[in-house]
Amino acid sequence: MTSHTFKPDLPPPSTSVGALGWARANLFSSWYNTLLTLLGLYLVWLIVPPLVDWALLKADWSGSTRADCTREGACWVFIQTRFAQFMYGFYPAELRWRVDLAAILAIVGAAPLFLKAMPHKVRYGIGYLIAYPLLAYWLLHGGFLGLDTVPTTQWGGLMLTIVIAAVGIAGALPLGIVLALGRRSDMPAIRVICVTFIEFWRGVPLITVLFMSSVMLPLFLPEQMNLDKLLRAMLMVVFFEAAYVAEVVRGGLQAIPKGQYEAAAAMGLGYWRSMVLVILPQALKLVIPGLVNTFIALFKDTSLVIIIGLFDFLNSIKRATTDPAWLGMSTEGYVFAALVYWIFCFGMSRYSMHLERKLDTGHKR
Amino acid sequence: MKMKSTLAVLSTAAVLGISELAQAGATLDAVKSKGFVQCGISDGLPGFSYADAEGQYKGIDVDVCRAVAAAVFGDASKVKYSPLTAKERFTALQSGEVDMLSRNTTWTSSRDAAMGLNFTGVTYYDGQGFLVNKELGVKSAKELDGATVCIQAGTTTELNLSDYFRANNLKYTPITYDTSDESAKSLESGRCDVLTSDQSQLYAQRIKLADPDAYVVLPEVISKEPLGPAVRQGDEEWFDIVRWSLFAMLNAEELGVDSSNVEETAKSTKNPDVARLLGAEGEYGKDLKLPKDWAVQIVKQVGNYGEIFERNIGSGSELKIERGLNALWTNGGLQYAPPVR
Repeated sequence: MTSHTFKPDLPPPSTSVGALGWARANLFSSWYNTLLTLLGLYLVWLIVPPLVDWALLKADWSGSTRADCTREGACWVFIQTRFAQFMYGFYPAELRWRVDLAAILAIVGAAPLFLKAMPHKVRYGIGYLIAYPLLAYWLLHGGFLGLDTVPTTQWGGLMLTIVIAAVGIAGALPLGIVLALGRRSDMPAIRVICVTFIEFWRGVPLITVLFMSSVMLPLFLPEQMNLDKLLRAMLMVVFFEAAYVAEVVRGGLQAIPKGQYEAAAAMGLGYWRSMVLVILPQALKLVIPGLVNTFIALFKDTSLVIIIGLFDFLNSIKRATTDPAWLGMSTEGYVFAALVYWIFCFGMSRYSMHLERKLDTGHKR
Repeated sequence: MKMKSTLAVLSTAAVLGISELAQAGATLDAVKSKGFVQCGISDGLPGFSYADAEGQYKGIDVDVCRAVAAAVFGDASKVKYSPLTAKERFTALQSGEVDMLSRNTTWTSSRDAAMGLNFTGVTYYDGQGFLVNKELGVKSAKELDGATVCIQAGTTTELNLSDYFRANNLKYTPITYDTSDESAKSLESGRCDVLTSDQSQLYAQRIKLADPDAYVVLPEVISKEPLGPAVRQGDEEWFDIVRWSLFAMLNAEELGVDSSNVEETAKSTKNPDVARLLGAEGEYGKDLKLPKDWAVQIVKQVGNYGEIFERNIGSGSELKIERGLNALWTNGGLQYAPPVR
């Protein structure tokens, strides 16, 4: 009897595994890829060492005045001394705990929503969405129940950016969903209203809308009726973004097969219940990337309030660079701004990817 | 039809609203009843209006607001500031959002006549100038033939420059930038030989450079940019108060009254001009509907013109702008205030 044993497999050629193999397959697979790789490496070599040199190695980290900086590298002292202003604007220093508390409550309050085994999650979520804005208004603005008023003219910095973005998102999402449903409604009056609203707000640039709200509106209002500048800006952001959200959501609604609508009707569900229980959960899941895209754009668009003289994060930095004691620090300021904006937007995009994976219930194969 | 009548009602209301604003005395009464002056300032201009590390607004434009508050309330801190962008400023004043504008605004005929506002005086005589590297060895703008000039985008700057070079038969190559930071970097890297902008800006630009001492501002000024506070048209009483708050600071400097000696001088002065200014003689505050010691409060809490100039933009500041045109007329400058009498 002859036993038949296979020889052990030969290891793959050393040029096709490991780092070398990866580089060969991805970076040097053809002559033009090789060329592009070398070009890329050259650019990295051109940009990264001076940047590291400027931002880290030659940078000044400690001190309290402009004179403490050698100016050979970045002067992060500027960011340090103005950090509180960049975060809170002119919010009174002794009351900044209110902003911190509002931020902590937002996170702590939202945390249970992320737990898997949480009873009454939907009820809690709705309660949170109703209670938190009131609580946040009380903490940030005050004026009743024992807290002093901090007028919105003193709000600023990253806090203002987040407030505008959060109000924009929280307001635009429900309004946008309603508009999307309205646009697909069978009732002509509702459809016309929704289409007009959406097309009007999508047809004008945000900067124009903000400008109109700040420059034209006051001329038509009586003198005593000075609507708060921030309120005007936030309303405009909500309307503007709602129009975009509506179109994103409509895309999701159109992607749901007709059978789903019919099935819901066959179950005896009315319009609202079939929408809330059957159609919207599927449609919204489909459009998560589009929604998050809109919200990231919204977050960055908040910096447009610069043209109506609101001091959001970016404008606070810009304002600080005009202090004669710190002239010439704009590069440091803008690099810091870019970093913070990137962290927020990247965070949002990672969260949306996580949501997509979690809610993925079988559309992918 | 119905639409039209609604529009008519609305526009009538708008006109009524505006005419109501324009009533003489209305602004002072409104300011007194709310307890502060709402002052429109710039959203950031070194030395003129900016925020310091503690979040306090500072600058020569801000001090003009404080002077008005000191005159009206005897308390320079009773001001609320509205930082306004260049585009918003006139609407904010017209709509009554601010009581006065103190925001590096050039006094021109079209603004004075057509925008529904009145300029009350000149806080700073500005003009377009040139910043050059000392190595270039240029002593006057007339020697700039063939130079590459960095300009900040802004129509008047470019227009003034081309007018000046054409009038003097000089050639130049313009490079236009959007922000002051870009043009400063460009001058530093040698892409242009000379940078042009309003003189008040050039000093701020110079500080941004790595070696400010290697650069010099040329003496030529090629345009007139008188910067001053403005108020709404039609309320002469308020107009006078804002105008004379500035004049009081100028008169104080001319008469040698400053924040350190003003209270003593008010009691002991023998000089009739000083006595009239400081309310020791006559009832000149009353004419303006202001307290008797209005000028004392301005000088005590804010300072005389020389003090606010040196503190914000002159030798006491980082900018180190020379008095030049802004010296008193007695010292060869243009700053001249009518007497209190």
